[in-house]
Amino acid sequence: MAQIIGLPKLSPTMEEGVLVRWVKQEGDEVEPGDLIAEVETDKANMDFALEDEGVLLKLLVEAGATVKLGAPVLILGEAGEDISELLVEAQNQLSAGPAPADPVASAPVASAPAASAPAASAPAASAPVTPVASMPVATTPASGGRLLASPLAKTLAIELGIDLRTVTGSGPGGRIVERDVRAVAGTAPQAAQTAPQAAAVLSGETALAVIPPGPLAVPGNDGEYVDKPLTNIRRTIAERLTAAKRDIPHFRLTTSFEAGPLLAFRKRLNELMGGKGKVTINDLLIKGIALALRRVPDANVAYLGNAIRYFTQVHIGVAVALERGLMTPVVRNADLKGLGVISTEVKDLVGRAKDRKLKAHEITGSTFTISNLGMFGIDHFDAIINPPEGAILAVGRIVKQPIIDDDGKIGLGQRMTMTMSCDHRVIDGAVGARFLDELVELLESPESLAL
Amino acid sequence: MPIISYREALNAALREEMQRDETVFLMGEEVGHYQGAYKVSQGLLEEFSERRVVDTPIAELGFSGVGVGAAMVGLRPVIEFMSFNFSLVAIDQIINHAAKMYQMSAGQFHIPMVFRGPSGPAVQVGAQHSQSFESYYCYVPGLKVVCPSTPADAKGLLKTAIRDDNPVVFMESELLYNSTGEVPEGEHLVPFGKAEIKRAGKEVTLIAWSKMVEVVLEAATELEALGIDAEVLDPRSLRPLDIDSMVESVKKTGRCVIVEVGWSMCGLGAEIAFQLQRECLDYLDAPVERVTSDDVPMPYAKNLEQEVMPQVKDIVAAVKHVLYLD
Amino acid sequence: MLAGAMSSRADIRIEPDTPENLEATTEEELLPLYKTMLSIRRLEEASAKAYSVGKIGGFLHLAIGQEAVCTGAVAALRPEDYITSTYREHGHIYARGVSARAILAEMWGKKTGVVKGLGGSMHMFSKEHNFLGGHGIVGGHVPIAVGAAFKAKYHGEKRVSAVFFGDGSATIGGFAEGLALAALWKLPVVFICENNQYSMGTPLYRTTAAPDITQRALAHDMDRDRFDGDDVIKVKRRIALAVERARETNRPTLIEVRTYRFRGHSMSDPGLYRTREEVAEWKKGDPLVRAKRRLIEELGVDEEKIKAIAAEVKDEIADAVRFADTSPASDSYLPYVIKE
Repeated sequence: MAQIIGLPKLSPTMEEGVLVRWVKQEGDEVEPGDLIAEVETDKANMDFALEDEGVLLKLLVEAGATVKLGAPVLILGEAGEDISELLVEAQNQLSAGPAPADPVASAPVASAPAASAPAASAPAASAPVTPVASMPVATTPASGGRLLASPLAKTLAIELGIDLRTVTGSGPGGRIVERDVRAVAGTAPQAAQTAPQAAAVLSGETALAVIPPGPLAVPGNDGEYVDKPLTNIRRTIAERLTAAKRDIPHFRLTTSFEAGPLLAFRKRLNELMGGKGKVTINDLLIKGIALALRRVPDANVAYLGNAIRYFTQVHIGVAVALERGLMTPVVRNADLKGLGVISTEVKDLVGRAKDRKLKAHEITGSTFTISNLGMFGIDHFDAIINPPEGAILAVGRIVKQPIIDDDGKIGLGQRMTMTMSCDHRVIDGAVGARFLDELVELLESPESLAL
Repeated sequence: MPIISYREALNAALREEMQRDETVFLMGEEVGHYQGAYKVSQGLLEEFSERRVVDTPIAELGFSGVGVGAAMVGLRPVIEFMSFNFSLVAIDQIINHAAKMYQMSAGQFHIPMVFRGPSGPAVQVGAQHSQSFESYYCYVPGLKVVCPSTPADAKGLLKTAIRDDNPVVFMESELLYNSTGEVPEGEHLVPFGKAEIKRAGKEVTLIAWSKMVEVVLEAATELEALGIDAEVLDPRSLRPLDIDSMVESVKKTGRCVIVEVGWSMCGLGAEIAFQLQRECLDYLDAPVERVTSDDVPMPYAKNLEQEVMPQVKDIVAAVKHVLYLD
Repeated sequence: MLAGAMSSRADIRIEPDTPENLEATTEEELLPLYKTMLSIRRLEEASAKAYSVGKIGGFLHLAIGQEAVCTGAVAALRPEDYITSTYREHGHIYARGVSARAILAEMWGKKTGVVKGLGGSMHMFSKEHNFLGGHGIVGGHVPIAVGAAFKAKYHGEKRVSAVFFGDGSATIGGFAEGLALAALWKLPVVFICENNQYSMGTPLYRTTAAPDITQRALAHDMDRDRFDGDDVIKVKRRIALAVERARETNRPTLIEVRTYRFRGHSMSDPGLYRTREEVAEWKKGDPLVRAKRRLIEELGVDEEKIKAIAAEVKDEIADAVRFADTSPASDSYLPYVIKE
């Protein structure tokens, strides 16, 4: 007897998954426990195995598609079985229920390497958009289709601009409770529970703090467009970046440097570390920036309106693109930390940013921010300053290109281009140039990063 | 501040108020020559004579009524029930007479009077001596109901009760008589209708009074070890009830567990839960939970008695439940 | 059954040691008492009429036929003495000096009532008159009256507390405990049982094995008296003995006054528990008739004078009815729940 198999829950907080790759193909026979596909959840790439035996009669979604929990992904049965009815049923479910009506091929940003700019130009930063009108009521299997949510969850959803239909309930009978809404909103419950005062304090320090909600969008239902209510994090980003772009007199300085030594240094470092972690180019950049700021303290500043603040410590904010928006976890005293420590710390911060487990102090207090879109294939770009900092560094990918050396000979270069956006109220062109000059010197002689 | 027992704090309140106001007198079984069944009135007979420390026969209805009549014409009686279980034979005087007089007489006769004594389970005293009647009296307009949980509150609330111009049902906990704590000397008045935050917290509000405050605080400590930050509120007077403080707390925490040693059916916790859902529906992340005694007459055997009463583990479980952690 | 239930004045037994010849009186004494009794009766008749047209609601318990007890007893007390009564208290509070206007307005539920329309027929109080109610729980008010006496003794005042109750109270705990405590503590209480033969619809012989209510006093070594309540002077004299004993020696007394209510227990009483003959028999002892006869035959009072009094009473009650009719409705109950 053929049956429709839905996307299983592969992590405790999983709401949907990306079917990364089919391991088995249509027509394959499978045994219980056989790996069928790889699914990327909110946590990790997971194996999708079946608990039944049979033949994969039909694969219902293409690799790369984002699939809601429980949505049909395949039909399993015996060879030659008639599955026409099941196909109709599966299609109905897919169009009305848990699956995306529009197959979504692009991988979500959350799975991308952890770095991006708070700039509006960040590519592919949005999660796959499923028409709101056809959003599933995946949370309430036992409730006859009624959406179950605690009163507090409902209140919070309005405050935070969350569409409850997008939230998976973890309470009894699938009841959506406070933690579920906060999870979607990306706000840490403890921090949020001390709102609104604490939020006000935070918002002065970080681009990503909680801010009071504005008017809500109305979900469209005519099919021509989809209004997805702003999440709190997205609203914060919008407001703060608008203010930054409007109020800060930005100017930009671009330079490029020879990244070959840096790549070689990283390779050497990772060989030395053996299996104990991996240092990334980004980690090296963080250290480089931190040391350069030590050399040029005039670039480690903030404009206060009636004074200039010279930071005595160097805390580097690392812009991370998440499915739900941007966060800038902070590597404190990066100038004093070894590369291995920075590497471990960044990994931990990014991981917990994805798991929504960062504490308020871990996303506040940076004095300078780095945004790296190199892994997205961006050559170079410029970023919007993350107030109240005085500057931000936007880093592109490493490009192989011919270079002419001092002797006039043409050779192969591996060039990385960086653009520093400066707040002209506190950083003049010469200061910025001096900072970049120091940074390039450090990065082109990367051993100095280890000093 | 001196550290004294709950019993001594009550004794101090009685003594001070009797010294302060000649119209105050204490009446009840064994209050005088026996020095009080629970020694709350120890030494008062010697100081105030039989005129003001009046031993009674076993006639709760009669001497409660004598108190009501005396209160009508200007005295301030403190009527002691050896146990609030015995107040049931006098409940006609408390509810039909004391609570009604001010209104029935259109304000001509008020009843400045205290009915006091131990209430709630003690240790293995069986079904007829192990009951909590605060809900009975809280039901009645015209009465005030007070349940102190600490020696300081015992003194401050009893002094307030004696000075109140209305009938006050003052329920002491037999299990707390020996508990000790800092108690201010002399004039120390605790107002009615003002809850005390015994412990501040963010994640769940625990409401309890009388002996249960102790149990709940213990539970809160255990919860802390589990990473759960509980707020503990003691309303102290149950009527008037400081619902505002409870609402404020629950709006902050989103969850509430009410712990009472009485039974569940029609218990005060039910009323509190009702008021909380009415006032903070949109703030609740889970239904208000209650921990009460089991719905049985109290058995004698010690192990069974323990089982019937709310225990720390019950409270912890209820908290986990409202936090969806079970 | 009804024949067995029928009681008569022949049952009445006077304690042998009570002084004789207590019924002698004068016009000056009896005439005002007669007028009070007449006013009470007219007042109750007016309230019965008002009840029948819905001006009075709830319960209305009349004491028509029992006027000599409250009138005589109150006359034996001083103004500073306390009086506590049952829900059948119209006569007591009127005899005490509260106006017919305030009493009827109360029954009408008006703001001008003695307790502002909050108490009604059953719950009338007047602090000014040391009248402690007006209570609806049978026997419950007895200890309260004992409490008033407790206070009098506490302060060393020479004040007596008189409490009225019916024969129906004789079996309930409040009465028993109040009696016990007053005897034990030697409190100046006069317990006055208005034995009107029925606790609601149940005759005395079906409610107690000892129909002599005063036997309860024996258990507490308490003084007692028991007599017929048809003559207001006799009631006054006999109760005065107990009042003065209480005032001077703090010794309480239990008194049983045999009387009869001519009307039902309340206005909704069909009266099936007694015969017309029984009622007619008792009506021969109507205290008003008796007092009037004594005034005319024994004291030689001019009938015209009595007619004038009757006219005066008629006007008084008519005025009270008008007053009640035109008074504003009771308007607030909140101020008297809790005293701030």
